[in-house]
Amino acid sequence: MKRIRLPTQRASTAQGRRVALQQPLLLSPAAACTAKTPALAPPARRHAGSLSQRPDAKHVSFPGAIKSAFSNTLRFEQPSTYPALATYRAVDQHGVAVDPSFVPDLADDAVVELYRDMLTVSIMDLIMFDAQRQGRLSFYMVSAGEEAVSVATASALEKEDVIFCQYREQGVFRQRGFTLADFMNQLFANRKDPGKGRNMPVHYGSKELNIHTISSPLATQLPQASGAAYALKIQRMQDPSIPPRVVAAYFGEGAASEGDFHAALNIAATRSCPVIFICRNNGYAISTPTLEQYRGDGIASRGLGYGIETIRVDGNDFWAVREATKKARELALQDGGKPVLIEAMTYRVSHHSTSDDSFAYRARVEVEDWKRRDNPIARLRKWMEAKGCWDEAKEKEARESIRREVLKAFSEAEREKKPPIRSMFEDIYEDLTPDLQEQMKALKRQIEQYPDEYDVGEFVEGAGSLGR
Amino acid sequence: MTGRSIRSFSSVMARVQALQSRAVASFQSPQQPHGRLYSTHPPNAKLNLPTDYSTTPLLAHASQTALANPELPPEARNGTTKRMNLFQAVNDALSISLAEDESVMIFGEDVAFGGVFRCTGKLADTYGGDRVFNTPLTEQGIIGFAIGVAAEGMRPVAEIQFADYVYPAFDQLVNEAAKFRYRDGTCGRGVGGMTVRMPCGGVGHGALYHSQSPESLFTHIPGLRVIMPRSPLQAKGLLLAAIRSNDPCIFMEPKILYRAAVEQVPTVPYTLPLSKAEVLKEGTDVTIISYGQPLYKCMAAIREAEEKLGISVELIDLRTIYPWDKTTVFESVRKTGRCMVVHEAMVNAGVGAEIAAAIQEDPDTFFRMEAPVLRVAGWSIHTPLVYEAFNVPDVARIYDNITKILQY
Ligand SMILES: Cc1ncc(C[n+]2csc(CCOP(=O)(O)OP(=O)(O)O)c2C)c(N)n1
Ligand SMILES: [Mg+2]
Repeated sequence: MKRIRLPTQRASTAQGRRVALQQPLLLSPAAACTAKTPALAPPARRHAGSLSQRPDAKHVSFPGAIKSAFSNTLRFEQPSTYPALATYRAVDQHGVAVDPSFVPDLADDAVVELYRDMLTVSIMDLIMFDAQRQGRLSFYMVSAGEEAVSVATASALEKEDVIFCQYREQGVFRQRGFTLADFMNQLFANRKDPGKGRNMPVHYGSKELNIHTISSPLATQLPQASGAAYALKIQRMQDPSIPPRVVAAYFGEGAASEGDFHAALNIAATRSCPVIFICRNNGYAISTPTLEQYRGDGIASRGLGYGIETIRVDGNDFWAVREATKKARELALQDGGKPVLIEAMTYRVSHHSTSDDSFAYRARVEVEDWKRRDNPIARLRKWMEAKGCWDEAKEKEARESIRREVLKAFSEAEREKKPPIRSMFEDIYEDLTPDLQEQMKALKRQIEQYPDEYDVGEFVEGAGSLGR
Repeated sequence: MTGRSIRSFSSVMARVQALQSRAVASFQSPQQPHGRLYSTHPPNAKLNLPTDYSTTPLLAHASQTALANPELPPEARNGTTKRMNLFQAVNDALSISLAEDESVMIFGEDVAFGGVFRCTGKLADTYGGDRVFNTPLTEQGIIGFAIGVAAEGMRPVAEIQFADYVYPAFDQLVNEAAKFRYRDGTCGRGVGGMTVRMPCGGVGHGALYHSQSPESLFTHIPGLRVIMPRSPLQAKGLLLAAIRSNDPCIFMEPKILYRAAVEQVPTVPYTLPLSKAEVLKEGTDVTIISYGQPLYKCMAAIREAEEKLGISVELIDLRTIYPWDKTTVFESVRKTGRCMVVHEAMVNAGVGAEIAAAIQEDPDTFFRMEAPVLRVAGWSIHTPLVYEAFNVPDVARIYDNITKILQY
């Protein structure tokens, strides 16, 4: 290679340059290689360099697209010419099986239990929504219409699998064993709430159930799920006695617009992470309809774009969701691990949250229409009734007993004290820093000096937890 | 309770609710009932009472009071006023800017139907979907998009739904918006047309992710102008100034004030000066510097202190938190010799630290000091749900610190 002759530098400048080169290189290795000094390290080896292209090859061997055939037609791909990805259904809205290969893999009583989980969630939702309206708690979010997505996906996972939720997946918690008391303790932020009264209602979490605590910022859980899945994969490589585990990560179609979603899929694909991304596509992100959220074929098409095995399912079909998740879990554990994407199509029947009035942006009739057309609970019920394992009397009994249990858990949790005030300073760092200790003392002094100004009676130990 | 129907259960709840009369700002839609207020103050409280926005001297309850504001231009002072709350004043400013300048655009998550706090209500209908529209749910996308829009000479006003969700856009704000003009040098392009609005602060039940006041993360970034209005009249004038300003502005709206703070607001367009503090109340013994909602608490604490301790306190609203008005602050502190900074955000590396350091660096001010600068701020913790009343500075804590600062 011919070296370009550069203008001579003044000695002092040249000196400065040599010094500069000894400093850590801030640019990429590739950029460093273009520098003139031969003393630099050789370029890093590029794997793509081994892809030699034979003279008459029919395929491109560019490092960025190794299977692309040459074409002599100048043509832009039209997304609209591709048919929309099909939506898998095992059972139709009348409760009739439509997939000839579908064989229910659960005994009747197991199906009934999962059905009860869905009912429980929907009854709890009604009561808590009402309770919020009446000022008994500050906030609530229902999952009406999406009960099958959470309960059925969860039912196809193992207890050891690790879960990241968005916030509308109370069915996942319920199916994995979250009790009504667990829900209520969090909702009332009482002393039994593992979140120590710090989080807003519905931000549940459970170590025993392997569900990470819900965080409000959208989509942040998704790259975390990829990383967690990678950790599980490496841990099993290091210790084969550990059972194979996957991570399941839930999110809404709105959250899928965040950069974190794209980062999550891409990194999971490149690092072959055993993670199942489960999108609840319910048509809305607060007021924003999907038409303003994305173009192209939904969230599923994103999965394909990242080279991820993907399925779209009818999210109102309990069995389709369960079958898809079962299969997804198998896939995720194949070939040493890989990501899978499930897009479950549903409809957000209720308001976004208790802070929202959805009739400000969608017509009542649209909602009524959906409710009439399809409902995951009604659909599974029809299937069970046809099977002969459910009837009107059982339905009535189930609804009544669930309601009683919810109300009981409600009043018990509401009566409990709040956690100790000290909890506000804890867990910021592993140990209280000197700064935080001082602040805690200052707060204690303040409360003691102005006892009429603070209500500490609701809290365990009153102001006492702040120190002697 | 066990065994009752939902209906009878509801009526029990209704009775209980009737007892819980204390009002708090609601989060979003108008029909939301007042949320449950955690750690309410006991009935014997004399200091930590809920702010009475209907009587506070910080709001212009009468038209004449509003029009007497010397910062207003003559056409505003000779005009009329209208009663508005904070979200209506923001809406008014946005509407004026859309009407007067066709390069103004307004976008963000859910802004088309009016936004979750109603700040952009009716704007899409009035000015059309090309200039007022929903974006997909991506804060980095929203701010990057705004930067692009501004770089090509327009005036985007981007909304981040909650200040707590601005972090995905941090790269765009810190590395791009703030540095755009600087790196372009003599090419001369910039993104000064851009304004980013975001609701911030506690409302009583927002917990970790609906309560934050991240202003000091932005005041650390040269190139961004960081503004927080205290009232509807201020919000209208400062927001219009921010939109017209040729520097990228971060406009932080204390969301607890959206409905609670109501005052008479001049109807014509007007701006209020950026990077200019305002002395809200003159005094001789202590200077209190604050911004946003805590100003109301400062005012209550000052009233008590002046009555009980026979002193006089000066209250300053910083308004623009960076670049801030050192002249006004130094002048006041030179006079009083005692200074206290009050803010809701965490005390560590907060705005109070910057002000205290600047005061002790200025010899003419430092040598007049009778006491160290005190900070009354959130503790160095996150914003936890049920403990908010113990975290956010309250009247009693501000009062107590006034008594302390006098002891030196
Ligand atoms: C980073 C971030 N931006 C904005 C919000 C405010 N927010 C909460 S939920 C929501 C809509 C989410 O829609 P989607 O992901 O479709 O879930 P769905 O509510 O439909 O279940 C928005 C914008 C947030 N929580 N986090
Ligand atoms: Mg959605």
